[in-house]
Amino acid sequence: MDIIRNFPLMTIILSLFSGSLCFVLKGKTARFYTIFFEIFLLTACGVILWYTVTTGASVTYPMGEFPAPWGNEIRAGILEALLATLFMIIMIVSVLAGYRFIDMDLDESKVNLYYAILNLMTASLMAILWTNDLFSGYVFLEILTLTSCGSLIVREIGRTTLAAVRYMILNLLGSGLFLLGVVLLYDLTGHLLMVPMQETIAGMAQDPRLFMVLTLSTGVLTVGLAIKSGLFPFHFWMPDSYGWSTPTSASILSSLVSKAYILLLIKVIYRAIGLEVFERMPIRNLFLVLGIMGMVIGSIQAMHADNINRMVAFSSAAQVGYIFMGMGLGGSAGYTAAIFHIMAHAVTKSMLFLTTPRLAEVSEDSLLFRKLQASALRNKDAGIFFLIGSMSMIGIPLFAGFSSKLQFALAGVESHSDIKLIAVILALAASSLLNAIYFIRTLIRIYSDPHGNMRKVRVRSPHRLGYIFPMAILAAMNLFLGLFSWVSIDLIVRGLEMFG
Amino acid sequence: MNLREWKNRFFRWLDGDYDVMANIMEGSLEPDESHEKVKNDRKAAHKELTSSGFSQAVIDAERKGFYRIYIGVAIVSCIVLIGVLLYTVSLLPKYGQENPRAVEVSDRYIERGLEETGAVNVVAGMILDYRAFDTLGESHVLFAALLCVMILLKKDKKNMDSRFDDYYQIERDAYFDVSKDSVMRKVGMLIVPCILVFGIYILLNGQNGPGGGFSGGAVMGAGLIIFESAFGFELVDSFFTAKVSMLISFISLTFYCFAKGYVFFMGANHLHNHIPKGIPGAILSGGLILPLNIAVGLVVACTMFGFYSLFKRGSIGGV
Repeated sequence: MDIIRNFPLMTIILSLFSGSLCFVLKGKTARFYTIFFEIFLLTACGVILWYTVTTGASVTYPMGEFPAPWGNEIRAGILEALLATLFMIIMIVSVLAGYRFIDMDLDESKVNLYYAILNLMTASLMAILWTNDLFSGYVFLEILTLTSCGSLIVREIGRTTLAAVRYMILNLLGSGLFLLGVVLLYDLTGHLLMVPMQETIAGMAQDPRLFMVLTLSTGVLTVGLAIKSGLFPFHFWMPDSYGWSTPTSASILSSLVSKAYILLLIKVIYRAIGLEVFERMPIRNLFLVLGIMGMVIGSIQAMHADNINRMVAFSSAAQVGYIFMGMGLGGSAGYTAAIFHIMAHAVTKSMLFLTTPRLAEVSEDSLLFRKLQASALRNKDAGIFFLIGSMSMIGIPLFAGFSSKLQFALAGVESHSDIKLIAVILALAASSLLNAIYFIRTLIRIYSDPHGNMRKVRVRSPHRLGYIFPMAILAAMNLFLGLFSWVSIDLIVRGLEMFG
Repeated sequence: MNLREWKNRFFRWLDGDYDVMANIMEGSLEPDESHEKVKNDRKAAHKELTSSGFSQAVIDAERKGFYRIYIGVAIVSCIVLIGVLLYTVSLLPKYGQENPRAVEVSDRYIERGLEETGAVNVVAGMILDYRAFDTLGESHVLFAALLCVMILLKKDKKNMDSRFDDYYQIERDAYFDVSKDSVMRKVGMLIVPCILVFGIYILLNGQNGPGGGFSGGAVMGAGLIIFESAFGFELVDSFFTAKVSMLISFISLTFYCFAKGYVFFMGANHLHNHIPKGIPGAILSGGLILPLNIAVGLVVACTMFGFYSLFKRGSIGGV
């Protein structure tokens, strides 16, 4: 079964090819091609996952005839394959549930460009997941930045253009800082490949002066990725970008793109810097503080939003806070919780972002709360899925959100520090409470009909099955992550062991 | 002129309302009543732009107070960042000093680059052979940029009759259109062939000397742009339509993907790849470097001309 070792390379090359193919295809053909191609990629990622789980070792694949320190390299382990599979599922679901809105929001002559952008995005997500090299990471991060800007501006209403400009400026700042970090680390170590870099760094970390430089360069790199993923003080681009874009873009940007940056950061920490060296740096405590602040402040801002998409987007900022809190707790348990939360949040947030436009559709195309009164009674399918998503966000048992909060609490216990444990438990409690307040408010709003006359304007949403089927997949995954969390946690733990 | 006026001008310049070169450059139009109309139109459009789907009250609240703190914090954080970066650089081991930096990578590139890649130009060998995966991504960065600009600027039903296409702009374009200018045409006739030939030279010589796909393609793209501005779109459209441009990009990128995919596959599985290295120094040398350079160069040239054409008339080429 050695042919499977070539699959990671294949996913990248074929997605890049699909990008240029969709460029010359017609809109509708491009859509069909993209959906089939993504199902094919999903199968490939599933096979890689199966292969790595059964062999119990990661696949290291040199790109070309030159071995590791000289040529590029990609590597697929359990963790990468698991996340790639999840990413592909969400990609397919977002296209299936959102293509009707793409056709509405875009001009016919530009639909194929959108799918070309989606394919390039897939290629860069795959490359960031598989890469073993810091500079390849940077190149594909650049493609990810450009394509995510492109996926924002496709909807040509004024607000998206402003949002895309803001998003682009902050993201380019992030890319620039990341590149500076890479340059400094390369200057220090003489390597761009992550594994040899870690060996050199392990030797350097003993010298206090060099350790200082290492800390500062890692800090620059980390700040760059934190800006791009939307950690607390840098999350102000989120509400506009997610709130006004076409649903497919919002779902992909919030659940995949911003998470890909975090995953790259985790990869840098584990593979390029080395977890032990990183845990000695003060950056880790900053993660904890900023993460907790993001959890609370993001939720408070979500309460102030007057528009359902902005509320969901601000809650994304809070969820990024959770992930960074897990990384701040450190140790294997902290990172396990963080990665599990990435999965849980990806499944939940894409569901919410794909549901809100369906609610708006039956409420005079408005996302404002006052127009959304009783909208769930007018579109019952969307109501149910919004309910499931909200319960997962609040953290009701059975759903994915609960399991990930449990994991964070366990990671707090394992951090062997009373202050951290208390801080984490309090932050979890406060954030869950705030989550409950604003999501239950929304649920009451969309389910209540005070005057008894709102439900009469029932609009039957077209393509009902095309919405229910992908959403049912997400709901099933949500329940699976909630009820059988040990399956994925076991895979994550095994993946992290071979990740470094 | 006092400070306030300068500041006012500076911010107007930032907003794009104030043209520093106005009344200085030869041939600029005097502001007339149509200018006022355009300004009002712009204001109305801007108002619509900022208020669609968003209440004015929120924007005002964002503006008040927030801006002052924002500027202050921006300045402080820039200074802090500059300080931190300078401090970091000052701590780096000095050049020539004994340092723990590994040199095995760069040494092998320099010492065995020629032998292993067949390219005299070590940089070309490095980016297109040792680290070809990065360059594969890099050429798609350009493609992604083209896609974004096309989404933004390509004319379609939605932005065809937008108010930014006001008649003042069209008049201005016609005024500056030099394609009927005989000086421009004569000079164009002289220099365009030279520029294109030079571009092709850089492109084909990438493995033996300074040059390569990105730089050669940029020169060729610039040649095409000068050709267009001297002779107009009609002449360019006779050989370089949107379809041709798209096909060139598609074929080049596909060739790049699969050629490199083949090399990665063969290399990783320890199979012999059938691409001859050639004699170092000859045109046909360096294995895949020459064809890849040509592919990259074509994509870059198409993209550069595509940008120009999109900005000027809203499509990457004639129909």
